[in-house]
Amino acid sequence: MAENNVAAPVKRSLGGRLLIAVPYFWLFLFFLAPFLIVVKISLSQTAIAIPPYVPTFDLSEGWQAFSESFAEFSFENYVWLTEDALYWKSYLSSVSIAAVSTFLTLLIGYPIAYGMARSPQSWRPTLLMLVILPFWTSFLIRVYAWIGILKNEGLLNQLLLSLGLISEPLVILNTNAAVYVGIVYSYLPFLVLPLYASLERLDGTLLEAAEDLGCPAWKAFWKITVPLSLPGIIAGCFLVFIPAVGEFVIPDLLGGSNTLMIGKTLWVEFFNNRDWPVSSAVAVILLLILVIPIVLFQNQQQKMSEKDG
Amino acid sequence: MTRGPTWFNITSLVVGFSFLYLPIVLLVIYSFNESRLVTVWGGFSTKWYASLLQNDQLLDAAWVTLRVAFTSATIATVLGTLAALVLVRSGRFIGRSLFSGMIFAPLVMPEVILGLSLLLLFVAMDTARGFWTVMLAHTTFAMCYVAVVVQSRLVGFDKSVEEAAEDLGCPPVKTFFLITLPIILPGVIAGWMLAFTLSLDDLVIASFTTGPGATTLPMKIYSQVRLGVTPEINAVCTILVGLVTIGVIAASLVTKRQQIQRERDERAAFGADN
Repeated sequence: MAENNVAAPVKRSLGGRLLIAVPYFWLFLFFLAPFLIVVKISLSQTAIAIPPYVPTFDLSEGWQAFSESFAEFSFENYVWLTEDALYWKSYLSSVSIAAVSTFLTLLIGYPIAYGMARSPQSWRPTLLMLVILPFWTSFLIRVYAWIGILKNEGLLNQLLLSLGLISEPLVILNTNAAVYVGIVYSYLPFLVLPLYASLERLDGTLLEAAEDLGCPAWKAFWKITVPLSLPGIIAGCFLVFIPAVGEFVIPDLLGGSNTLMIGKTLWVEFFNNRDWPVSSAVAVILLLILVIPIVLFQNQQQKMSEKDG
Repeated sequence: MTRGPTWFNITSLVVGFSFLYLPIVLLVIYSFNESRLVTVWGGFSTKWYASLLQNDQLLDAAWVTLRVAFTSATIATVLGTLAALVLVRSGRFIGRSLFSGMIFAPLVMPEVILGLSLLLLFVAMDTARGFWTVMLAHTTFAMCYVAVVVQSRLVGFDKSVEEAAEDLGCPPVKTFFLITLPIILPGVIAGWMLAFTLSLDDLVIASFTTGPGATTLPMKIYSQVRLGVTPEINAVCTILVGLVTIGVIAASLVTKRQQIQRERDERAAFGADN
């Protein structure tokens, strides 16, 4: 292989090609191919069989049968998604729950990131560690911890009752409010980290200049700090919003029976109703909805890395 | 920013971190509760931890989870490191944007979609589902996280050290193991740990891709949580949180020490030159 090294840089050595091929092949087989299968099955029909859909492709039956199976494809499942109100209501309410939670996460996360950026240099590694640590602890456990707090006879209600702030327990668990709490809590580190990164780089002399010129602190905050931290705000909001739309565990454990979220609808369709083609169609549409924010996010990341470079 | 924190900043930090940590702290406290009623304090007791050791199903699930996490994290680290090398070093090649898309997409993709698509693949391939399918699924999404972590380490890497080795006739594979790997090692270790905890943690993808006889711990916890909060589950969660916390803190201390050591070595090397 040492000889190959001397060759022109355009020509890749066998090792170099293998280096690309191995991870490429793996992702192709286990990431891209499965999506093509999902798209294919979303065009199939439900059947009482194993696997529970037709047509299935079987090359052993020859080309004729293979190409005939193509004719059996239909958009029936997609038509079904538009007819049954459950699905579009689930999509809409997922997007709105995710949007509201993202906004709440920003409201809570901004002061934390701001406080971290303003803290003395020596505190920062510890504070950063404290934000990252919950990210390593099990998601399921963190969601589960809230059940004990939010239930009717839970710790929050016990506290409020003993303080005399309320006379009867608040119903929070199994409502959308509990889902908001769950999403904000679980995704807070995702928002704080990029926000802190952009606030930390902010030039403090700009604020001093504004102050010297008689600008009130709140106005300086709006005119200087917020615009300059915008890349961090946008990155953080995407990192909360995109996974929150397809969230399953939080609406399932904290939400109620009338909390509609598409991740949960897909799960029920697949595991309870065993309707594989419809759940595949649900997945395809969800992906199409998310493609827009994902592409916007990637563009923004690219712009940021170009700026840095 | 250079100016010191105001009272507002300190208050928001205290409130924010209490919000992040209080639920976990309460969970840990109530795992030592004598009473079966989770929300009523009945005195200190470790009986739930003792009863865990008797719960064979839970122990089985924990063993399955550890095996899946260990195997998938190890394979994902190898593949993810290769992928990171491709992203940073390979320059342009056909399908490069598809490749980087496939690395970044799983990071934000809803887990239900990943799980569903992988299950349908395993069904199409007519594979018996169980330990191996969960392991393959975890490897695939974890390798993307490893790739991102290792990539950030590779970007800030002085390439001239590698070039020097190759100019002196060191074959590329040897250069990788002697020069590149030791330098990016902290990233590789962090990637492995991230892959391990992601696998340890995953409920959704495992539920889709598993089969009979391969119930993982999160699946077990989930099915019990649906029936209500129990002190036993609190005890399991406390053990998991404790392990992860110790692991993360230990790893960060080790990397910090290595960093200091390496900086000292580098300084010594440059000093000798002069």
